[in-house]
Amino acid sequence: MEKFTKVSGTAMPLLRANIDTDAILPSRYLTRTTVTGKTGFGPYLFADWRYGPDGKDKPDFILNTPPYRDAKILLAADNFGCGSSREHAVWALVGYGIRCVIAPSFGEIFYNNSFNNGLLPLPLPLAQIEALAAQIEKGTGKRQMTVDLDAQTLTAPDGTVTKLTVDPARRDALLKGLDSIGITMQGWDAISAWQAKDKARRPWSYL
Amino acid sequence: MTAPRTLVEKIWADHEIRDFGNGYSLLHVDRNVMHDLLGALVFEPLDRMGRKLPFPNQHLISMDHGVDTDPGRGDETKIPGGKEGVQGLRRKGKEYGIENYDIGDVRQGIVHVVAPEQGFVLPGQTLVCGDSHTTTIGGMGALAWGLGLTEIEHVLATQTVTVEKPKHMRIWFDGKVNPGVTPKDMILHVIGKIGAKAGNGYAVEYAGPAIRSMPVEGRLTICNMAIEMAVRFGIIQGDEVTAEYLKGRPFAPKGALWDQALAYWRTLGSDDGAKWDREVQIDCSAITPSITWGTSPQDVVAVDGLVPDPAKAESADRRAYIERALKYSGLEGGKPIAGNKIDVAFIGSCTNARLSDLRRAAAILKGKKKAAHVTAWVVPGSGLVKRDAEAEGLDRIFKDAGFEWREPGCSMCVALGGDKFPPGSRAISSTNRNFENRQGPGVRTHLASPEMVAAAAIAGAITDVRKVL
Repeated sequence: MEKFTKVSGTAMPLLRANIDTDAILPSRYLTRTTVTGKTGFGPYLFADWRYGPDGKDKPDFILNTPPYRDAKILLAADNFGCGSSREHAVWALVGYGIRCVIAPSFGEIFYNNSFNNGLLPLPLPLAQIEALAAQIEKGTGKRQMTVDLDAQTLTAPDGTVTKLTVDPARRDALLKGLDSIGITMQGWDAISAWQAKDKARRPWSYL
Repeated sequence: MTAPRTLVEKIWADHEIRDFGNGYSLLHVDRNVMHDLLGALVFEPLDRMGRKLPFPNQHLISMDHGVDTDPGRGDETKIPGGKEGVQGLRRKGKEYGIENYDIGDVRQGIVHVVAPEQGFVLPGQTLVCGDSHTTTIGGMGALAWGLGLTEIEHVLATQTVTVEKPKHMRIWFDGKVNPGVTPKDMILHVIGKIGAKAGNGYAVEYAGPAIRSMPVEGRLTICNMAIEMAVRFGIIQGDEVTAEYLKGRPFAPKGALWDQALAYWRTLGSDDGAKWDREVQIDCSAITPSITWGTSPQDVVAVDGLVPDPAKAESADRRAYIERALKYSGLEGGKPIAGNKIDVAFIGSCTNARLSDLRRAAAILKGKKKAAHVTAWVVPGSGLVKRDAEAEGLDRIFKDAGFEWREPGCSMCVALGGDKFPPGSRAISSTNRNFENRQGPGVRTHLASPEMVAAAAIAGAITDVRKVL
């Protein structure tokens, strides 16, 4: 798993509730895994919002506007990443260069998938996200933000630094880039013993 | 004495290998169901480690997501890479000793139709699958949820998964269910009432008299759409109805083991006094046949109701939300939802493509014809559903009505690019998601019961199913 310690860069507001994983990565690209595995999905991020039927950029979609083309942080509204379990949605965001999504709540499967790919999903209250978006949209040209997972701080476009509270288990895994299978396997003897005992207790479940 | 617990807490405790003490547990996985989208990719860590599956019998493959549904199909798919996914998973399944319901096998079908049909899941078990609609299986009394591909890699290597402990919600269905109202209408009604994000962080148990008297296939429909209200786990307690359904199915235990399993299931119900973080009461007598009007499963309206009027919205945010959804769906606010002309009628998906669904839709269609301008498809949930439907002559009814009778798969529910409808077309669909572009670029989806789809196909427009009952 890829490490995440800190991201600094352009923040892009897309404050719409219920942005689903179909919107993040449309289903017609899902089978590209047979060609490129978990990579190569960046060009298809938000494809139906980003490209017209002719394959050309839609000029009115925010990601296609010059200030946001190099976005690294995404500001969103409630229930970001709801819907399909496709990890491709995370691969598309990371593939594009986005390393942190800030939203009041996340689809839970998306949330877990994010941590497995070095993308930080950061839950913050909507009012706080709206305030950050307002700073960006004021036309001051200030769109840079920093999310520092190690220091647990967020630097707003106007330079204000606020303290973050991140789930310690998740934080630790991201900072170290832990290999989840490797960690579980370290306790394999105990797992194996549990499973043997369970088999005796619920034999019908091991047919 | 143990404190009163919910059904989910009991299953959790019986599968908890380790409590990390930080809100997460390592749970044992009883069942893992895989489909062609995972391909060979999901086996890479196992390949690299040179590791065998600890329990190969606890995994099952059914090809469903990208497969074509045209009669006479093979491995070829219309979407590039689909065939490689199917063939890659087939190869890996063989290599690792996993049962595979392949293309051409009568048991092949949509994973969430196949697992209950084969008795591959039992009450009180944990089941995972790389698909968000795995919540469907909660209808069997199992703790079942969707995972991303990397999490499945972990399941394959260890037969375990790390999960965050949920909060607990109970949704209680009481009151008489009116004619024309199906489990699909009941769950749409709930999502419309509490919203698409209401279940975030929760396990939801659906309970009450209207659930107890509901056949298994209806329960699967209810739990299928748990994910559409952001719920990780949706569940209905396994009971005598579940036992009756499971008895004699291929994977169901037999003899003394069956009796033992049954005795265990009976201990699993939520205790009186169990703590619920949220409780919701649903009066079924207030539910009408329902349909979605917008681009989220929460955009639900009674079929005899009006499309929301942005001018009458209670807030600026709500007005903007309605305007955006109407812009995509091409409907006029404040006008009746019924009467809107449809181009496509689709019956299929893990929500509503089981035999009882097809029977109820066929009952509406019998002796009738679809409107000339409507493209109408039926995609049975599995080869066995298809075979049984044909034995009853349901295929004849659908074909005589002008529906295409196709091979099993996810088809137009996921619209991977093989099966597709024309851009911008208006579809009424027995599926579970009406997101923008979900059923193809620009396709406008209205979610409804199979009966409502059938009635709309005949009328050529959204119509109240109660008029044709």
